Amino acid sequence: MNRYPLWKYAIIVVALLVGAIYSLPNLFGEAPAVQVSPARATVKVDAGTMARVEEVLKSQGIEVAQVQLDATSVKARFNDTDTQIKARDALDKAFNANPAEPSHVVALNLLPRTPAWLSAFGASPMYLGLDLRGGVHFMLQVDMAAALQRRADVLATDLRTALREKGIRHGGISRNGQLIDLRVRDQASRNAAVDLLRAQFPDLVVTETAEGTDTRLSLAVRPEAARTVQDQALKQNITTLHNRINELGVAEPVIQQQGADRIVVQLPGVQDTAKAKDILGRTATLELRLVDESTEGLAAERGAGPVPFGSESYSERGGRTVIVKREVLLTGENLTDAQAGFDDTQQPAVHLTLDAKGSRIFRDITRENIGKRMAIILFEKGKGEVVTAPVIRSEIGGGRVQISGAMSSVEANDTALLLRAGSLAAPMEIIEERTIGPSLGAENIQKGFHSVMWGFLVIVAFMCVYYMMFGVFSSIALAFNLVLLVSVLSMLQATLTLPGIAAMALALGMAIDSNVLINERVREELRRGASPQTAINAGYEHAWGTILDSNITSLIAGIALLIFGSGPVRGFAVVHCLGIVTSMFSSVFFSRALVNLWYGRQKKLKTVSIGTVWRADAPSTKAD
Amino acid sequence: MEFFRIRRDIPFMKHALVLNAVSFITFILAVFFLVTRGLNLSVEFTGGTVVEVAYEQPADLESVRKVVESLGYAEVPVQNFGSSRDVLLRLPVQQGKTSGEQSEQLFAALKAQNPTATLSRTEFVGPQVGQELFEHGLKALGLVILGIVIYLAIRFEWKYAVSAIIANLHDVVIILGFFAFFQWEFSLAVLAAVLAVLGYSVNESVVIFDRIRESFRRYRKKTTVEIIDNAITSTISRTIITHGSTQIMVLSMLLFGGPTLHYFAMALTIGICFGIYSSVFVAAALAMWLGIKREDLIKSGPKAGDPDDPNAGAVV
Repeated sequence: MNRYPLWKYAIIVVALLVGAIYSLPNLFGEAPAVQVSPARATVKVDAGTMARVEEVLKSQGIEVAQVQLDATSVKARFNDTDTQIKARDALDKAFNANPAEPSHVVALNLLPRTPAWLSAFGASPMYLGLDLRGGVHFMLQVDMAAALQRRADVLATDLRTALREKGIRHGGISRNGQLIDLRVRDQASRNAAVDLLRAQFPDLVVTETAEGTDTRLSLAVRPEAARTVQDQALKQNITTLHNRINELGVAEPVIQQQGADRIVVQLPGVQDTAKAKDILGRTATLELRLVDESTEGLAAERGAGPVPFGSESYSERGGRTVIVKREVLLTGENLTDAQAGFDDTQQPAVHLTLDAKGSRIFRDITRENIGKRMAIILFEKGKGEVVTAPVIRSEIGGGRVQISGAMSSVEANDTALLLRAGSLAAPMEIIEERTIGPSLGAENIQKGFHSVMWGFLVIVAFMCVYYMMFGVFSSIALAFNLVLLVSVLSMLQATLTLPGIAAMALALGMAIDSNVLINERVREELRRGASPQTAINAGYEHAWGTILDSNITSLIAGIALLIFGSGPVRGFAVVHCLGIVTSMFSSVFFSRALVNLWYGRQKKLKTVSIGTVWRADAPSTKAD
Repeated sequence: MEFFRIRRDIPFMKHALVLNAVSFITFILAVFFLVTRGLNLSVEFTGGTVVEVAYEQPADLESVRKVVESLGYAEVPVQNFGSSRDVLLRLPVQQGKTSGEQSEQLFAALKAQNPTATLSRTEFVGPQVGQELFEHGLKALGLVILGIVIYLAIRFEWKYAVSAIIANLHDVVIILGFFAFFQWEFSLAVLAAVLAVLGYSVNESVVIFDRIRESFRRYRKKTTVEIIDNAITSTISRTIITHGSTQIMVLSMLLFGGPTLHYFAMALTIGICFGIYSSVFVAAALAMWLGIKREDLIKSGPKAGDPDDPNAGAVV
């Protein structure tokens, strides 16, 4: 009656092994490390980089514990922090020969000290949350209304061009919030305009209102298209943030979308919030200027003379000097998009889209300066760099600009990225910010650990005294529950936070409930005079229904927290829910296995060690 | 060892009326404090900035307060946090200043006054986030209530579901009453604790109801009141031991968890204590007032429309 078939034991052994292997990495702690990752999208980190890291460290006589290569970076682990800092300086010097234009991010990091044989199983420790390791957390809200307005601007420009090409007369196009208003005078042009809209602008929905003799067509961006615009705005902002954060030299920044219009940025280890915020909030600016092609200017470009008055010298990517006039013709504000693509002759090109104002100005500039050169300059950190300086071949109207010639497709991509990175697709605002000092983080870990440990020990002591052998089984099951919970969290690579540790403590406190229920039931059966084997069986059986009910109600609360919780509450909820699930396995299935193993084989079991079984009608009898 | 040497069923339900009056008064008091004093909501809900500064020596709160006032903040709470060397300041949202400017300005001023000051933690929450968290909290509470009522109604019967949820909401209101009365800070973590307690103390009612159902089957001659008394008596040892064990854990958090977990553990403590009381006296008594009957639960038993059922009376 109290025997488990072999397969049940097999399941338990497997669970024990898996639990042990995946929870073990959490015990090894972390070692100081240096991480080398690319600072620009065009720089690749590969086996060559790894070899170079090893070589640099060897030549400097720096002892390294381990060098590893992953998808985006090379990480070198050291034995102490002194070596780590020495190595960082050496690597920084080697990889970023020109400190003004770093090509790699060389950052201090902490790496788990997981032994190789554990890593081979894919086991790695839980990721510590910011409240446990220190760092900065930002939540940014993207202004989606602004993104939609920009889109409406672009569509209005396109529409104007399209109407002109078709020769449709209209009474004016204007943007009204996120809507575009198009006025038409007569029925014929109204029909033509509606046909055009249907054919070329599927993203717009038309509503008509008559205004005197005119008809006003109100054009709204279709909800699906608006969603795409918002998605893209969010993605572009995330890309831009990535580029900017790379400069901070943070080892493992987290930049994630949260909800429809929010971005969470977490920078572990960063303490200087002011700098971090400065970099996040910076708007890189784009400027369009003419190249100074006077004789003095050309001389200065060759390095044969001083920069003429009214002009400035900037270097182009690739190192050439370009002398440009001071007068700014257009700024990045008027640029709505930049995409890499191909021109008519299948040469790589970059396609720019300008807004209404930008395209008007651009048309005028190009008309007046055919044959001359125009420079697009990107300013970041107050430093300008000429992205490209093409020759103007013809007048360009309509706001669609194509830069092509003498460019590989990689360069085209890079230029488009740079142009886009210059601007955020929509303005952002910091709506939540958290900084946690590293010492506070360490303190939090210790406090969390102590709460769990002392609570656990006292419960174990009580259970063993009160329920004797059954208490020991319950305690082992409780310990197993902790191992299982930690291993599941490690497998999921969940982020452990202080509320998560609190949930772990609470999970243990609640998990013991099931064992108390079972033990009390077994005692009760014994009190009623059942034989030990029957009592064990009936105790487990009767308790099971109750345990299931009570765990399900707890789980309902946990799931509600998981759905509606954010930030710290979510961390709590994840551990809480997992803890309930693992506790059902450990405190019912696993503890039964222990009991069966211990008592199940004894055919003539007379007593079980479960503490005092007190009977009201008889003098107290000890059952062990 | 055995703590509970109970010879016969304790007549809990005899005192139900008195105890229910007591709960009712506690409940009214809690609501009264909630209305008059309100909850001391943390910045997570109200929006604003929290700055925690650590000093090398025990901090002089008076001089810190002066520095804060010199920056133009009136009535900013300045308090020790965890130890006398740590100071916690809560700044309200200021119009026209972006998130971190406030905390930076404040910290610079504090550093000028005492160079040993180090910034342990800052937290800024925009007002829109606070509002949202508040709404989400209410939604979560609603979902928990609905989920539990539906589950219990399916598993038992609507009378049980209703009495369990009322009993446990009474706990929640009392926890909130405590927070309002003592003006303890009500943070997101406390909200999580309150919801966890709600799920947890429903357990207790479930255990008792389970027993009531079983006793209805086992003792066919006993009255409803006797059944309830019997069910509570036979589960009381388990109730106290499990809550005791959970409380050991919570106590450990209260003692070792530091200031961050303090109110979280406090909410759990109150919740656990009142959870025992409300499950025994409120939930069971309410179920009694609502008139639970043997026939409500035992659907597999002899059917009323089938007097010739050969199995009649053979239910164990």
